[in-house]
Amino acid sequence: MHIVVCIKQVPDSTQIRIHPVTNTIMRQGVPAIINPYDLFSLEEALRIKDKTGARVTMLTMGPPMAEAALRKALSFGADQAVLLTDRKFAGSDTLATSYALSAAIRKLGEEEPVDMVFCGKQTVDGDTAQVGPGIATRLGLRQLTYISSVVDLDLAKREITVQRRSEGGVQVLKTALPVMITMLEGTNTIRFGTMDDLFRAARTEIRVWSKDDCVEDETKVGLKGSPTVVSKVFVPKPRAEKAKFIEAEGGEPAGVAAAAVETIFAAQPKLAAGLLARAAAGA
Amino acid sequence: MSEAAPSKPQGRRFQLPEHLKAYKGVWVIVEQERGAAHSVSWELVGEARKLADKLGVEVGAVVLGAAGPDLERICGESFGYGADVVYKVTHPVLADYRTDPYARVMTDVVNTFKPEIVLLGATTLGRDLAGAIATTLATGLTADCTELDIYAENRSLAATRPTFGGTLLCTIQTLAYRPQMATVRPRVMAMPDRDETRTGQVIEVTPDLAEEDFVTKVLSFIPDSERNEAQLAFADIIVAAGKGLQKAENMSLVWDLARVLGAEVGVSRPLVQAGWVGNDRQVGQTGKTVRPTLYIAAGISGAIQHRVGMEKSDLILAINTDPNAPIFDFAHHGIVGDALKILPALTDAFSRKLSVNRLAS
Ligand SMILES: Cc1cc2nc3c(=O)[nH]c(=O)nc-3n(C[C@H](O)[C@H](O)[C@H](O)COP(=O)(O)OP(=O)(O)OC[C@H]3O[C@@H](n4cnc5c(N)ncnc54)[C@H](O)[C@@H]3O)c2cc1C
Ligand SMILES: Nc1ncnc2c1ncn2[C@@H]1O[C@H](COP(=O)(O)O)[C@@H](O)[C@H]1O
Repeated sequence: MHIVVCIKQVPDSTQIRIHPVTNTIMRQGVPAIINPYDLFSLEEALRIKDKTGARVTMLTMGPPMAEAALRKALSFGADQAVLLTDRKFAGSDTLATSYALSAAIRKLGEEEPVDMVFCGKQTVDGDTAQVGPGIATRLGLRQLTYISSVVDLDLAKREITVQRRSEGGVQVLKTALPVMITMLEGTNTIRFGTMDDLFRAARTEIRVWSKDDCVEDETKVGLKGSPTVVSKVFVPKPRAEKAKFIEAEGGEPAGVAAAAVETIFAAQPKLAAGLLARAAAGA
Repeated sequence: MSEAAPSKPQGRRFQLPEHLKAYKGVWVIVEQERGAAHSVSWELVGEARKLADKLGVEVGAVVLGAAGPDLERICGESFGYGADVVYKVTHPVLADYRTDPYARVMTDVVNTFKPEIVLLGATTLGRDLAGAIATTLATGLTADCTELDIYAENRSLAATRPTFGGTLLCTIQTLAYRPQMATVRPRVMAMPDRDETRTGQVIEVTPDLAEEDFVTKVLSFIPDSERNEAQLAFADIIVAAGKGLQKAENMSLVWDLARVLGAEVGVSRPLVQAGWVGNDRQVGQTGKTVRPTLYIAAGISGAIQHRVGMEKSDLILAINTDPNAPIFDFAHHGIVGDALKILPALTDAFSRKLSVNRLAS
């Protein structure tokens, strides 16, 4: 068994600030983290490794500093890591990103066939949830997104059964390897790596690949390979008015609440009528 | 979306290559699950109508599934909400959603009829399908748009979406590729009015599929109604709580008010993380987008990640001890006070108002 887990290094979005004059993102000093959603997929891959002895390869495409994300992932227990980095990749949108990543996975597969690819549900910076399906489509992997649990993995038959979140419920799906899986958030908690893993992570050499190591068609990566272009970036317009404060004489909760009910009924007559009808029906 | 330098103003003046000019019309892939259409599809048909009118083209609704009365009804609804043409794609293999057959059929249908814009709901189905077909079609796809428009200069789609957790908005275009694809989350666009008398042309498509060709099988389906999942997205009133509630026990104050109003209960993310309620009740960027008539936010600061999920509510009433809490910047009405005292007082005031009227009627 060989599992490839795709992770992305992202800026910690809780700490992003906008420059008040230029309206651009101030990235300086913003710490970089592993995309939080990727950790649910990594943990699931590591659980499969625990059970089956599978080999787990980490893969990321990004600037050289993304190596830190790979080292962190190794310290959780992954076996090897590949950093795909090249100036020619800059400006890749999801179509180009999935092309480059699938080229790298194909090359990894030549060394040892890949049975499962894990991606995060989405990233917190790109936030598109498109790269996983893009990889699956390009590599002809069966696509299993929004998985809440891997119910069964039968290595002899190469079959997998999963629960998949859909809008109105949960689908139980059975399919055959190879697959691309994205895990739903909250389905597991990333482990603390062992001391051994920590030391191993520090020692392990990270394999660095450039475009020439795996990409055949360089018109499909970077800006050239990206159908979408960002034509405008702007700060959301703040609402013109602030909230109108509801107050009552004496400031007693009962008085304020009564005033609030009157305000709501006056502002939303249809809602008020609905509530009254419901009350009259004895609900 | 690209993370390239955000300045490509020449994009607007870009002229489409000749061979792509054959792509015409604005499509919505109608999402149906177990015989019912997802309301996001109708919100998108309403949006497609506006785009198509600007372009002077038709709105196409693609309805996929197993043939039957449910599908017929959904075709009729598509016209009612604004479609001009319905592409009815039926096959037993399409009964339940699976990526492979849906993606294969959709890429074929797009290649045959050549729409210039294809819209899908940013749901688990829509995102799964959109990512697969955009890759095969090798075209641009913009996820989770909050605004769609047409650049008149070159008839291209201007898809605006939040980025960096909602701190910024960006407008994305797909220039030399067709179709231009976008997904939109449920409740982001307004529901259009339905005209039951509207009809249009139905184009029937019977794809050539065989069940044996598809390895993935649906073993069963467990509906949320059997799992007591919160139906936040469709609630007309939501009483939402944040960390200002302080203790899990205090959630009863929220449930009490919700009961009197027949409302659903929503929460900010910290309460889900603390395990007070399940994650199906989280509102926001990583939870649900909601659009109720009334959203009561108690003890919620109004962080951008929460705001993007609820700011389109018709009326937002915020209760917060801090008069400078960011939520007061976008709530319509505010009460500066202790939610632990205001919530029971509201429960009381609503009960009284509603029971008085009951006696009177
Ligand atoms: C990638 C990412 C995704 C996220 N996604 C989401 C999401 O989907 N949804 C979401 O909600 N958050 C999300 N968050 C978290 C978000 O940034 C905020 O941390 C969160 O919304 C804050 O929740 P809160 O308002 O309940 O808590 P706080 O920010 O701690 O605010 C508590 C508020 O309660 C008030 N208060 C205190 N005591 C009382 C009282 N007795 N009565 C009344 N008011 C009182 C305080 O003045 C304060 O304003 C996300 C964060 C990240 C980084
Ligand atoms: N540059 C990248 N390197 C490795 N994996 C990536 C990269 N970008 C996206 N992914 C994977 O694709 C998932 C979805 O990303 P996105 O489509 O950007 O929301 C992420 O959670 C990662 O698993």
